[in-house]
Amino acid sequence: MGTTLKSGAAILIESLLQQGVTTLFGYPGAAVLPVYDELYSSPVKHILVRHEQAAAHAADGFARASGRTGVCLATSGPGACNLITGIATAYMDSSPVIAITGQVPTNLLGNDAFQEADITGMTMPVTKHNYLVKRTEDLGRVIKEAFHIAGTGRKGPVLIDIPKDVSVSRIVWDKEKDTVNLRGYRPTRTGHRQQIVKAMDLIRNAECPVIYAGGGVIAGDASGELVQLAERMMIPVTTTLMGLSCIPGDHPLNLGMLGMHGTVQANSAITECDLLIALGVRFDDRVTGKIEAFAPHAHIIHIDIDPAEIGKNRQVHLPIVGDVKIVLVQMLAGLTRGKEHDVWRRKCTGWKEQHPAKYNDDGFLHPQFILRKMSEILGADAVIVTDVGQHQMWTAQHYCFRYPRQLITSGGLGTMGFGLPAAMGAHYACPDVPVFDVSGDGSIQMNIQEFGTILEHNMPVKIVVMNNMFLGMVRQWQELFYDRRYSFTALPPVDFVRIAGAYGIDGIKVESCDEIVPAIRTAIETDGPFLLDFRVEREENVYPMVPAGAALHEMIRGAGS
Amino acid sequence: MKLHTLNILVEDRPGVLSRITGLFSRRGYNIESLAVGTCEIADMSRITVTAFGDDAQIEQVRKQLSKLIDVIRVSDLTATERVERQLALIRVAAGSGQVRMEILQIAQIFRASVVDAGEKSVVLEVTGDTEKIDALEKLLRQEKNVACRDAPAPAAASARSRIL
Repeated sequence: MGTTLKSGAAILIESLLQQGVTTLFGYPGAAVLPVYDELYSSPVKHILVRHEQAAAHAADGFARASGRTGVCLATSGPGACNLITGIATAYMDSSPVIAITGQVPTNLLGNDAFQEADITGMTMPVTKHNYLVKRTEDLGRVIKEAFHIAGTGRKGPVLIDIPKDVSVSRIVWDKEKDTVNLRGYRPTRTGHRQQIVKAMDLIRNAECPVIYAGGGVIAGDASGELVQLAERMMIPVTTTLMGLSCIPGDHPLNLGMLGMHGTVQANSAITECDLLIALGVRFDDRVTGKIEAFAPHAHIIHIDIDPAEIGKNRQVHLPIVGDVKIVLVQMLAGLTRGKEHDVWRRKCTGWKEQHPAKYNDDGFLHPQFILRKMSEILGADAVIVTDVGQHQMWTAQHYCFRYPRQLITSGGLGTMGFGLPAAMGAHYACPDVPVFDVSGDGSIQMNIQEFGTILEHNMPVKIVVMNNMFLGMVRQWQELFYDRRYSFTALPPVDFVRIAGAYGIDGIKVESCDEIVPAIRTAIETDGPFLLDFRVEREENVYPMVPAGAALHEMIRGAGS
Repeated sequence: MKLHTLNILVEDRPGVLSRITGLFSRRGYNIESLAVGTCEIADMSRITVTAFGDDAQIEQVRKQLSKLIDVIRVSDLTATERVERQLALIRVAAGSGQVRMEILQIAQIFRASVVDAGEKSVVLEVTGDTEKIDALEKLLRQEKNVACRDAPAPAAASARSRIL
């Protein structure tokens, strides 16, 4: 057998194929030309975005919708820098993304060469790990390690920076020789047995237990086990924004979302519970409000794969480090049906009945009402992606999610502009269902150039703009906490139907209530992309709301309550 | 708040130190002193960091450091039995023979040795705990003009680990 020489670029593409990568999102440039030359004749599908930030969000959206690692590619310097917001977004929500960047040749590194940026230095705080590959011989191993790191333990983004000469150089490559052996990376997956026994005792003896479930449950594919635990032990469940779809929205034990814009029943249950079972969560400030007043009467069990999350924001009584799915299976093996918690559950139901999620159907165009209609019509037959702001909170409050990964949203970083490109990624993860991107007139304009990418591939991405001519969430804070001084939050009117039209995407402007349902139906029935420009009530607020730094029970319930 | 000594075993790779110091500054902790050196295990380095913090803060730093892929092990030596020595090099101005004699006398008391002597100054090397080195410095300052003092380095667990 003769030895054939392979370039770094060829090794890269072959390694990606080996990892099961079928689609990647990218933007070419000088330093990645050798890689693009390999892609030209490769079976990997490359989606050309219109801005590198969108490539990172699309890879992230793909990862969140599929559970598999998403990949994005950019050139050195500005290309790499443009990825950073997307990488940071993936990092904050623990999403497995591989970012590949070109770099100036190794002999120019550190010389301020044309389009040089120290991208490994810049992304150190927002990646799980990153690599600057200085020898072609290391490339195969680095890619294997990167995928292993991104997709195991607490998932997260990994960046691989490849100087141009490393992708050009040709070497004899034996791909079987590249193995992953990371001495410093051995995530704990199985829960400590004694801790699990203690947790089971606490669960058996609790009178008013609540499960607080987060993104870790979805990332760890543990939704089934979570619902089993809740049903077997009759424990009400509240979820974070990131955990929203881990239990069906209409499940009788589901209290809805907790936190700043959480439901009254979820926040009340947290305040009154005697046992809090925290699963795959990090006690974020948007969830806990004033941390000392969060679950003040409860014993807290905290289960998480990341030991650094234990005790970071809140001291807990019983920590269990491990993969949430494995730990739940360990617990379920020892738990038989116990107390029914009738009194406690009736109390929770009582709160729910007294304070149902409010929306107005007075004939004006209210975003909450639109989302209710979308939820009725689309149900389980769509993936919902959101941008960031009021529309995001309304989606979380009013759409009834049915299965894990049905909602894709930027939680931790709260990145405006995330929605549209993430919807593209979600489409490649779930090609058979339409993807609805719920956005606002502020957020959509942060990556609006992706209309071009969406049309080019005729993706069935339906763009829903809640157009209130405001940066609504900031305006709401100005209204409530800054004496209605609307400092730079009003946006001039934009005709989104015409912008979409210029890219070749059809759309409808919706200005009255009776047009809502037909418009949603038209969007579904149209092949490929479609845009709905809802001219909603301008000064609608998101309620309930817990002001920043206040305790969860100090919520503002909004007018009429 | 007390001074903690963290012993960090890392892969000997470029950029490792920057990952560690970056983590400290990003999470809002100050490094008091830092020593880096090769260690008895091949391909690994040992980094010894001292930092002020309460137990919970330092535990959080320890966990965050452990998450770095290139970090193999982190231990907080503060509560464990350990040998801790600082090494200081002190340059003292010593123009006249009289002054020189006085400096040498002080050095003798503290068992510091002269590692360099020039026309206008001598360099003393001293090891010991912080109190001893501070006392020597104080005395020299009273006597003479201390021109320069090296930052004390916790040498116990880093450079000297081979001897252990």
